[in-house]
Amino acid sequence: MDEALLRSLTPGVLTVLVRRGADFAAAEDAVQEALVEAVRVWPTDPPRDAKGWLVTVAWRKFLDATRADAARRRREDLVEEEPAAGPASGVDDTLQLYFLCAHPSLTPSSAVALTLRAVGGLTTRQIARAYLVPEATMAQRISRAKRTVSGVRFDRHGDVATVLRVLYLVFNEGYSGDVDLVAEAIRLTRQLADRVDHPEVAGLLALMLLHHARRDARTAPDGSLVPLAEQDRDRWDTRTIAEGVAILQAALARDRLGEFQAQAAIAALHADARTAGETDWVQIVEWYDELARLTDSPVVRLNRAVAVGEADGPRAGLAALAALDGSLPRHTAAAAYLHERDGDLATAARLYAEAARKASHLAERDHLIRQAARLNTRRER
Amino acid sequence: MAKYLLLKHYRGAPDPVNNVPMDRWTPEEISAHIQYMNDFAARLEKTGEFVDGQALAPEGQWVRYDGEGRPPVTDGPFAETKDLIAGWMIIDVDSHDRAVELAGELSAAPGAGGRPIHEWLEVRPFLTAAPTVTECLGHG
Repeated sequence: MDEALLRSLTPGVLTVLVRRGADFAAAEDAVQEALVEAVRVWPTDPPRDAKGWLVTVAWRKFLDATRADAARRRREDLVEEEPAAGPASGVDDTLQLYFLCAHPSLTPSSAVALTLRAVGGLTTRQIARAYLVPEATMAQRISRAKRTVSGVRFDRHGDVATVLRVLYLVFNEGYSGDVDLVAEAIRLTRQLADRVDHPEVAGLLALMLLHHARRDARTAPDGSLVPLAEQDRDRWDTRTIAEGVAILQAALARDRLGEFQAQAAIAALHADARTAGETDWVQIVEWYDELARLTDSPVVRLNRAVAVGEADGPRAGLAALAALDGSLPRHTAAAAYLHERDGDLATAARLYAEAARKASHLAERDHLIRQAARLNTRRER
Repeated sequence: MAKYLLLKHYRGAPDPVNNVPMDRWTPEEISAHIQYMNDFAARLEKTGEFVDGQALAPEGQWVRYDGEGRPPVTDGPFAETKDLIAGWMIIDVDSHDRAVELAGELSAAPGAGGRPIHEWLEVRPFLTAAPTVTECLGHG
């Protein structure tokens, strides 16, 4: 059974239930149960109309749950009226579901969990494993999130930017459990891009594809990080790169630049270089200037300083870095890298070791301590 | 979304404000303390922030490899070891501020006289998996 296909039907089924008058939280629970039943029943008894089957079963689950709850008589009256039979109407409320699950009243972790369950069709257990928390904790996080948005009107258009931030989080912080969250983030962003015509949605999709295309080359067989400059570019997925570049170009042509398009443009310039030496750092610096204008983010200015170091030489990079707050994450790592390029290996080794102590990511910490060790070993010879 | 370890020490932390050893509390005060800890964990599960909580026996051993074919060498326990971990709670929260807020609440667990212990807890972030997008520094 194609689980991705099954899960792609989730938002459509959920919105049918909500349009029939089910409240969001109860409808969402019913759809989860229907999905579980589908996984059980479909392999031996596949339905002809998959979505119709899910709607029927989810609606029945919803009615069962509602009837079981004697305290909710009033709602029972509502659901006793037979809903419109047959396949769901062509109106697509999936977009509304994205807005609801990324509602600004939710914390980032709640929005992520709710999006993965209600839009992505993942089970609570899968989401819990992906984020390395107990299933009971994740179940509470999701039901709390549902309570938080229970008063939100379902028919109101939300802000695309909040949805994009949630999808970016899913993409950027996925662990490798039994669900590939990176692939899931791409699927959900692609599905969103099919429904809303917005250059930043396209920009985020392009950004994801361009990074995903390099995934195989990013880690060595032992799991260590391979820096961009040292990656085997033959292992980059050229088809995915081509798709990302095409989506980005179409978005940029509309002349409504946003931060995801600018980030994707930088990723595209890296993807475009056949060797690290051919990288167009001058253009990359220009894109970082755009990004800094759009986001005013100190992290962007830090990345820009590193790019300046490549475009105009390490001294220029160090000068740009000196203008920034030294307590920024990765500031020390950037300084170490630029000092090494400048030939000051003793300073670089010291700073790499210091950066390793400050790192917040495991693979990055290991990478930085290896850099320090490499320079120290070389100097002692 | 980041995990933090809230570490509780038998020894090695600065003295708490309400600094009366547990064996000088009344049994009711001990029960109240344990109840507070359990309620705290249950509340964090409800907010979707609880990952794990464990207590450790105070006495342990030091163990090290002693070469091919030889049993490991053991030593201790050492009464003079400065730092002694009593237990931990692991939380999964949206921000560092939230981790500090929760540690503060945990430190308010009641002790002697039913008053908060004001115990010092250590808050340590987990090292996480590297993010997917790491354009910076040529990683990526």
